[in-house]
Amino acid sequence: MKTKQQIDRTARDLDPEVHDSNFMGAKLKSERRYNTLFRDYDDPNKLREIAGNVKQHTLEHLDTYLEQAEESFKRNGAQVHYAIDDAAVNAQVLRIMNETGSQTMVKSKSMLTEEVHMLDYLEKNGKTVVETDLGEFILQIDGDHPSHIVTPIVHKNRRGIAKSFEREGLGDYNDDPETITRRARKHLRQKYIDAEVGLTGGNFVSAESGRIVLVTNEGNARFCMAANKIHIAVIGIEKLVPTDRDLGLFINLIGRSGTGQQVTVYNQFISGPKKDSQPHGPEQMHVIFVDNRRTEVLASDCREILRCIRCGACLNVCPIYRQSGGHAYRSVYPGPVGAVLSPLLAGNRFPELADLPKASSLCGACNEVCPVNIPIPDLLLRLRDKAKREGAKEAMKGTPNLGMWATLCSQPTMWKTALSMGHTMNYIPTEMIPHPSAKSWQGARKLPKFEGGEFRKWFKKRAK
Amino acid sequence: MSLLHTPPNRPAGKSIQLMSTCLCDAFYADVAQATVEVLEFLGCDIELPDGQTCCGQPAFNSGDWANSRKVVRHTAKVFAGDKPIVVPSGSCAAMIFHGAPLEFEKEADLPVIRALADRTWELLDFIVHGLGVTEWPGKFDAKITVHRSCHLRGTKSPEAMATLLDSIEGLQVEPIDETEQCCGFGGTFAVTFPNISNSMGTLKIEKLIACKPDIVAAADMGCMMHFGGMMEKQGLPQKRMHVAQILRDSLKNAGKI
Ligand code: SF4
Repeated sequence: MKTKQQIDRTARDLDPEVHDSNFMGAKLKSERRYNTLFRDYDDPNKLREIAGNVKQHTLEHLDTYLEQAEESFKRNGAQVHYAIDDAAVNAQVLRIMNETGSQTMVKSKSMLTEEVHMLDYLEKNGKTVVETDLGEFILQIDGDHPSHIVTPIVHKNRRGIAKSFEREGLGDYNDDPETITRRARKHLRQKYIDAEVGLTGGNFVSAESGRIVLVTNEGNARFCMAANKIHIAVIGIEKLVPTDRDLGLFINLIGRSGTGQQVTVYNQFISGPKKDSQPHGPEQMHVIFVDNRRTEVLASDCREILRCIRCGACLNVCPIYRQSGGHAYRSVYPGPVGAVLSPLLAGNRFPELADLPKASSLCGACNEVCPVNIPIPDLLLRLRDKAKREGAKEAMKGTPNLGMWATLCSQPTMWKTALSMGHTMNYIPTEMIPHPSAKSWQGARKLPKFEGGEFRKWFKKRAK
Repeated sequence: MSLLHTPPNRPAGKSIQLMSTCLCDAFYADVAQATVEVLEFLGCDIELPDGQTCCGQPAFNSGDWANSRKVVRHTAKVFAGDKPIVVPSGSCAAMIFHGAPLEFEKEADLPVIRALADRTWELLDFIVHGLGVTEWPGKFDAKITVHRSCHLRGTKSPEAMATLLDSIEGLQVEPIDETEQCCGFGGTFAVTFPNISNSMGTLKIEKLIACKPDIVAAADMGCMMHFGGMMEKQGLPQKRMHVAQILRDSLKNAGKI
């Protein structure tokens, strides 16, 4: 069907095989999430509420908690830096590499580094960077981008991956998943040993103790800190929680919500560089707190989106994401969370992504599964209002003008006349009462029979 | 604010105002009629404010809040007073008790809109939690499936619907897979994202008719207009009924009205 919206077009033209693997991956993870959460807790919704409150509280006192976190990290022997935007964080990382005479970096998965295009930047500046998360590694050798925040290569199939491995000289063509994994493992083990710098993100940071929690299923984040002397953690300022006690709640929720695991396979707690009493580990630890428009989001009426712990549950349950896949969102963060976050993080490029908040039937499934209870539909609506007020063209494409309708709806006499004369169709927008010219409506659906005013007539007559 | 939630301490009572919704006004007269017959059976005294038009949802969902507020202000005027307002549509009810206060957050007349929100009920929620009905004395021999409209999410309406339908003699309500999935209507969404909307509708219909029910039911004519229209286009035989129609017909079958 003809469509003016980019996301709808991408969904329509998507390779059926890619569609199926996005769809099935998402459905499976949603089911697992539901089963694990509801098996383990009487009322998971209570947990989601508490977790949401903890994050909201932290955000509302972010200045205090950031200061506290900085002190804690310093106490632990780490160096703390702040980066206002993408350029600043990239330059900071490069500076640390240069100052320590480092040439090669191994890194674990971090959406923030995707957001600031760190890989490109470092490579342009002559550094070697190796992604060690299997999915991200595959994306790196393919020059591709993640389509999901937790399972970045859900849009790929193993035949394609086998071809990429063959092309990269990682063995003859073999699409057996175990063989692929073994080859990647062998290849990456040497990289861990060769690299001078290990870079990680951080899923949660306790302000009280300066403890970073990293959750992975491959253990690669741990290896990124095993053989090298420098550890850099790039962390969005919204990742803080007040105390160590809060961590249990979030570790319990993130695995269950994202992949339906009771707990992720590897959970690293990092609170500083190696101590004198420890034989191994990085000698320097640098923590870089990154803003990159997060304080702008905090000041907006969509601040709740900063509670997000990037579990991916909202993507998995979203019927639009299931049809379109993640790349349709043309940004680092896809799905419901991305439809809110990406346009906000785009700053003055907001109009280019203003169609993202439109890509939702406002069904609320995302809100229902979100472990930090973000009212995503409300935020989507606020952004639609913003797009309309600012006249963002991308958002308006295909949306009927509702001025005439609003006038009609505010004038009962006109409304009733329109109803009784059967002219309603000419004034009422296609989405509520389909306009005959709305091909997209009639292409797939039959119009109901027009019965304008019948009920009112009946009601009056029976009242007599 | 979390999920859709119904305002606490709404007025109940049997003297009510009916918001019949623009869709029933224009297309589904019998649904509104069934709503009246059901409420009158329960002893309600129904006022149908004559100036009512639409709840404002189309513009609200499209992001055209200025125009939506115009319509909501009109609705607040038409539904003056303090009686409970009963709406036979989950999404229109949610528009009034959740959407309207959201788009009036920064407006001076928020208190007026808040007051309107705080006495608005979805029909089934009202019957069970407003009037305290826990059993439906009807009879209806059929196997049905029910689409849980998304705007009932987080409210007590699904539970109310189950209470009523499960107690009807002869009625067999079959569970469906993936109840949480949307049918793809979403107001403006259905025409601005026609391909995705259509795929969603197709999936929903598959689930709804998998057990070969006689009837597919819902409590929102928006959803029904969309997936019902698709079913008709595909020539599917299942009848579609609003839950209010099932309640009414079951009373007729039992000789109660
Ligand atoms: S918005 Fe909520 S559900 Fe979506 S990724 Fe973030 S935490 Fe998970």
